[in-house]
Amino acid sequence: MAQELIISGFGGQGVMSMGQLLTYAGMLEGKNVSWLPSYGPEMRGGTAYCSVIITEEMVGSPIVNEATAVIAMNLPSMERFERTVNPGGLLIVNSSLVNKKADRTDIDVCYVPANEIADELGNTRVANMVILGAFLQKTRAVSEDSIIESLKGVLGSSKEHLIPLNREALKRGTQSVNP
Amino acid sequence: MAKVLMKGNEAIAEAAIQAGCRYFFGYPITPQNEIPAYMAKMLPKVGGSFIQAESEVSAINMVYGAAGAGGRVMTSSSSPGISLKQEGISYIAGAELPCLIVNIVRGGPGLGGIQPAQSDYFQAVKGGGHGDYRVVVLAPAGIQEMADLVIDAFDIADRYRNPVMIMGDGMLGQMMEPVEFAKKEVTISEKPWATIGNKEGKPRNIINSLFLDTQDMENHVLKLFEKYKEIEKNEVRVECYNCEDAEIIIAAYGTTARIAKNVIQKAGAQGIKVGLIRPITLWPFPTDVFKKWAEADHVKSFLTVEMSMGQMIEDVRLSIKDTKPVHFYGRTGGMVPLPGDLLKEIIKIRGEK
Repeated sequence: MAQELIISGFGGQGVMSMGQLLTYAGMLEGKNVSWLPSYGPEMRGGTAYCSVIITEEMVGSPIVNEATAVIAMNLPSMERFERTVNPGGLLIVNSSLVNKKADRTDIDVCYVPANEIADELGNTRVANMVILGAFLQKTRAVSEDSIIESLKGVLGSSKEHLIPLNREALKRGTQSVNP
Repeated sequence: MAKVLMKGNEAIAEAAIQAGCRYFFGYPITPQNEIPAYMAKMLPKVGGSFIQAESEVSAINMVYGAAGAGGRVMTSSSSPGISLKQEGISYIAGAELPCLIVNIVRGGPGLGGIQPAQSDYFQAVKGGGHGDYRVVVLAPAGIQEMADLVIDAFDIADRYRNPVMIMGDGMLGQMMEPVEFAKKEVTISEKPWATIGNKEGKPRNIINSLFLDTQDMENHVLKLFEKYKEIEKNEVRVECYNCEDAEIIIAAYGTTARIAKNVIQKAGAQGIKVGLIRPITLWPFPTDVFKKWAEADHVKSFLTVEMSMGQMIEDVRLSIKDTKPVHFYGRTGGMVPLPGDLLKEIIKIRGEK
């Protein structure tokens, strides 16, 4: 199924890199992909988000207005993008930072304590990989192996020691939700 | 070479380096900063020169100088910065020098905003600077095409000794898509006119755009327009999509053409046949292609879609001489048309008949 998703959070949560990893992984699997960041003068501390499309069809507009899935890493992101999820679509909420339930009842909402799980793994910065794992478990958009393959490209050889941690974070994410 | 994921801006820069561009002069402005950033990092590694000038005016005149000396040279900016470069572009066109100018358009007028727009069409296509001259304007709609057109742009510039502009927008500059660089051998043609020192036995070369004698000036312009006629004959590029049985044909380029393709599929699912003519060269404009489809019985009307208040629509109307209705839908100031709104517009146009 085509994925048209929005990943949103505040600057520094790794939402842009999460989107790029997904896009890269989709490309490695031979799919048509696009990644579009929000860009503006208000990035620092404000909400940053990116739109990702992974499809077998042609990618027209890279803007996602009607999302098959939204990943909300913080409360402002959930408030802003909850309404863009298509009926029957998916909303994944980082419940470590969002202490509120979503209003929608016509979509699948998953709450993943991404920061807590990342802290258990000893590095709060892999919260994005945890939530990405949850997304993959729900959607099977790309394989975990493709994500790790993409990550190797992004990290380069000097940071290859971080791969096992990221792999573990992905795995914990997949275990945090039902398929 | 395998596919890589790149921003449009980065793809432009990489393609330029692969095309043999070794000189970049620019001044920062959003949303095209990845181009100078990439060039600053990569050009020194291939023996090139990157200079961040003190202003856009300075940068374009550095381009003028490097082009005069026969260098493969480019600059890039976004709307307000491109306005500042117009004097230099006019001089470069007048002096018949090849170069690449990239405009990653943002909303305007004035300082405007930093979000994507197509409101620099008039400026790019109708002149921009003073005097009787033309700039070849290429409008890519995806990252692969951005890379491919950069390589072609340098060749077109050299072939006609004329500035070439690539016009993208903030969205194309910032978005990432897979791109593949076909490593091909770059052959840069000889430039016997370049001012590289008066070597023994060689006639003196002069780069100039000043003609105080009116007859000389007119002759020079007539010569330029002979060249422009050749460009119009040889360099038109256009994509036609779904036009064969379309009742409405959308005219759109760049980002809006991508959105149009989404809408054409949605309309098709509702039994409405919509096609797309996507000019890849905004100048020379694909007039003949518009004329051809306007003569088809099944085409009832045209719909020009732009991220502006309607600029290319004038060329569409001129091309088909208003033989069919030409409607317009646009958003401006950094707003991007929504597929749903465009579909509503199509249904509305259809109901009017």
